[in-house]
Amino acid sequence: MNDRRDIKVVVNGRHIFESVEPRLLLSDFLRQTLGLTGTHVGCEHGVCGACTILFDGHATRSCLMFAVQAHGHAIETIEGLAESGAIHELQQAFMKHHALQCGFCTPGMLVVAYDLLKFSPMLSSHAIREGMSAALCRCTGYWNILKAVEEVANLPERRAAADERPPEIGARPI
Amino acid sequence: MTTAQFVGQSLRRKEDARLTSGQGRYIADIRLPNMAHVAFARSPFAHARIRKIDVAKAQALPGVVAVYFAQDLAGDLEPLRGILTTPPLAWRSHVQHAINIPEQPLLARDTVRYVGEAYALVIAENRYVAEDAVELIEPDFEPLAVLAEPSQALAPDAVLIHPDLKTNVVGAFRLSKGVDHADLPSSLRRIRRRFENHRFLASPIECRGVVAEYDGRNNSISIWSATQVVHWVRAEVAKQLKLPEAQVRCIAPDVGGGFGVKGRVYSEEIILPFLARKLRRPMSWIEDRQEHLLNSTHARDDVHEAEIVFDDDGKIVSLKDDLVFDAGAYAPSGIACLANVSTHICGPYRVPNFAFSATAVATNKAPNAPYRGTGRPEGSFVIERLLDLMAHELAVDPVDIRLRNMIGPQEMPFRPGLPYRDGVPIVYDSGDYPRSLRLAINALGGLSEFRSRQQQAWRAGRYLGLGIVSYVEGTGVGPFEGATIRIDSSGGIVVATGACSSGQGHETVFAQVAADEWKVEPSDVTVLISDTAVIANGFGTLASRSAVVSSSAIRKASAVLRQKVLEVGAHLLECDVGDVELRDGGVAVKGIPHVVSLKEIALAAHPGSKRRPPGVSGGLEVTEYFEPPTVTWAYGTHAAVVEVVADTGEIRIEKYVVAHDAGVLLNPMIASGQIMGGVCQGIGGCLLEKVVYDAEGQNLTGSFMDYLIPVAAQMPPIEIIHTETPSPLNELGVKGLGEGGVVGPPGVIANGVCDALRHLGLEVNRSFIDQAKIIAAFAQADAKERAR
Repeated sequence: MNDRRDIKVVVNGRHIFESVEPRLLLSDFLRQTLGLTGTHVGCEHGVCGACTILFDGHATRSCLMFAVQAHGHAIETIEGLAESGAIHELQQAFMKHHALQCGFCTPGMLVVAYDLLKFSPMLSSHAIREGMSAALCRCTGYWNILKAVEEVANLPERRAAADERPPEIGARPI
Repeated sequence: MTTAQFVGQSLRRKEDARLTSGQGRYIADIRLPNMAHVAFARSPFAHARIRKIDVAKAQALPGVVAVYFAQDLAGDLEPLRGILTTPPLAWRSHVQHAINIPEQPLLARDTVRYVGEAYALVIAENRYVAEDAVELIEPDFEPLAVLAEPSQALAPDAVLIHPDLKTNVVGAFRLSKGVDHADLPSSLRRIRRRFENHRFLASPIECRGVVAEYDGRNNSISIWSATQVVHWVRAEVAKQLKLPEAQVRCIAPDVGGGFGVKGRVYSEEIILPFLARKLRRPMSWIEDRQEHLLNSTHARDDVHEAEIVFDDDGKIVSLKDDLVFDAGAYAPSGIACLANVSTHICGPYRVPNFAFSATAVATNKAPNAPYRGTGRPEGSFVIERLLDLMAHELAVDPVDIRLRNMIGPQEMPFRPGLPYRDGVPIVYDSGDYPRSLRLAINALGGLSEFRSRQQQAWRAGRYLGLGIVSYVEGTGVGPFEGATIRIDSSGGIVVATGACSSGQGHETVFAQVAADEWKVEPSDVTVLISDTAVIANGFGTLASRSAVVSSSAIRKASAVLRQKVLEVGAHLLECDVGDVELRDGGVAVKGIPHVVSLKEIALAAHPGSKRRPPGVSGGLEVTEYFEPPTVTWAYGTHAAVVEVVADTGEIRIEKYVVAHDAGVLLNPMIASGQIMGGVCQGIGGCLLEKVVYDAEGQNLTGSFMDYLIPVAAQMPPIEIIHTETPSPLNELGVKGLGEGGVVGPPGVIANGVCDALRHLGLEVNRSFIDQAKIIAAFAQADAKERAR
């Protein structure tokens, strides 16, 4: 088990060089090697979505990847998105609509929502509901999460931006 | 004396800034220097004798610190004997009972009794190596006969899961009032049915976990645990490690959901501190999802043989229920679930005669213990299905049958004549039950409107049904919760209480309560919870209790401290204490604008200060305990329009309404969130979630691919209507509401489906709705039609 690989990853804009075991999960790499514990682990088999991160800009389950697969790629976690202000509107809407209780699923939910709105700016309520079904929440019963995401989707500045570019639809490189 | 300014406001939560930015700190986020990682070897057999465990290979793996099995703990640690397993004396003296709770070994020694039970553990430098080593442990099991169902365990020749108990019955009791069923006139109508509540579980998105650290300087232990009951963990660890409680501290960090499954002491919470002390290293164990689904406590899982006796007017004369509860291999919370069924099954209805028996039976399944609702949904399912069957027999509307039997507001307070779980005779303290039923039906568009829509839909080949459940909910149970209130030298108000939040927003709501008490802003209040170091005695957050008992303790302690603050303030203002009041973050003379701030008062009252009035002791700190006389009764009605799709058996909930009364609401936004989340869990529990064991006692639902938690797209529209009838049992008028949301869904959905399919004569008497049965009922009706 002492076989290690050197990897280069950009995490939240920082260039990281690390030597890791090939079997180290990306979620554990982020949480334990880098101390970015905002990414949570709820099932470790890709269902719950608490570990969702952006991998080259796309929402991805970090528990279903190895750290070595991130070599040469860019990752953003909840910490990076919060610090850069990218999810500011979503955070505010989550607080306003009581879209979290225990908060354990929340980082994953925010990343899923950010990804959903980024790639499909013109979203119907139905599409938001389907899109947000990518992650499990056990506390809220979901409606407050949907309300929060819908409010951000309908912000005037988002609407204006959406009018300017066509929705991106297509295969995602995962 | 206080006027509410912040209580009742939907203030945003203090917790949310950290939790929406990845700054929460959960159990798996805690890393201590030199921390070792623990993984457990868990039984693949439901029932087997352990002949031998060979750990040589595991021990030899590089990175392994040690391997332990039961013999390594023997002599130092005792089995778990739950402290809640013995009901209070007042209950025992009222109720005929035989309680026989087995001890639960921390690690199985000679016998494993369910799939997932731990029989060995590995300590290693990291989790990966620990799990590798678990795979290298070579146990030699001799499989024993498996008792997969209570019926097998009750057979006269059944093997004994706990031979020392000489029976597989781990608890039984009966209680009754009024006339025996057999002595009731034969002219009365009777409906007898079997009802089943299936096994499912809380499964919060964060699993459990424990971190422990030993400090040799003062022989003390710190435990971090994803728990709802830090003081209980402290007590058990202190007892097991033979330490004074002062040398044991338990902290619950941010906890990622609890719902009861984290509301008791588990073996890992004893083992980890023991290992940390023994090996002089911090220890971490983080449960994975498979462990959680196999090994953390499951819930519900009972069978009722119930009979209701009623007259031609649809009035209930008597209810009889004989319940068998599948306790699993151990019964860590004793008969708590069964006692709750007995106290909630009569609901908000007049039931003049009542006979109840409960039998908890050990089987080779994971232990069964309280999960949100705890007996309330199970009992409600029975009476609410029976009410709909009565309505059907008498050809009256289910709404009408409920109104004929419901306790009216003029009958409050109402005494059903039965003891609560705390042994105190039940008194429904306040409320207007029929109003909640009417509000719920109106929110669905009104009864006659629905019935005509239902007729139209039938003619068009669509099957709509109305499902209703009305319920009462004992909340805010004792024996106590405490609060320490302190005003520090900065003038800030510190509130410490024994509650442990796992998402309820305690830091926010308790700040609201305290802000009203002290005429300050909630931002001036610091709330300390979930830590045995902040208050000497605590009980914890479970059973819909913290809003009632912690808030009342905060109010009680504030009242005592307020007197001292007014005295010091009056002294500084050079006037009589009767002339001053709390105002604008300080003390002022009534009618005069000048305010002496709490900071000035705190400095004047500080030990060593010469500015205190004569005879007043130094410091501003008071601890008081609120000991409620008994529970306060929240109530409500859930109602939904349900559609059954003929071809697929799919159940669609068009709209789900909750009319709920939990007395005065501290923060309506948070209250609604609790109800919404509960309804979601309840609906998931009926339509998606089921723990499945096969005949060999194998758990077939060990991942989220098999055990299905609802997602956003599966939630129906839910409307919540709050009414607020204050409780007379506490000054704030608060009742608890954490569990109400899960009580309704089983009965609402089953009643709705039956109402939609009346023409097929289908009865749904199991809480997990089997779509295959619905399809079969349609097919059978089609076949009959064709034969004609």
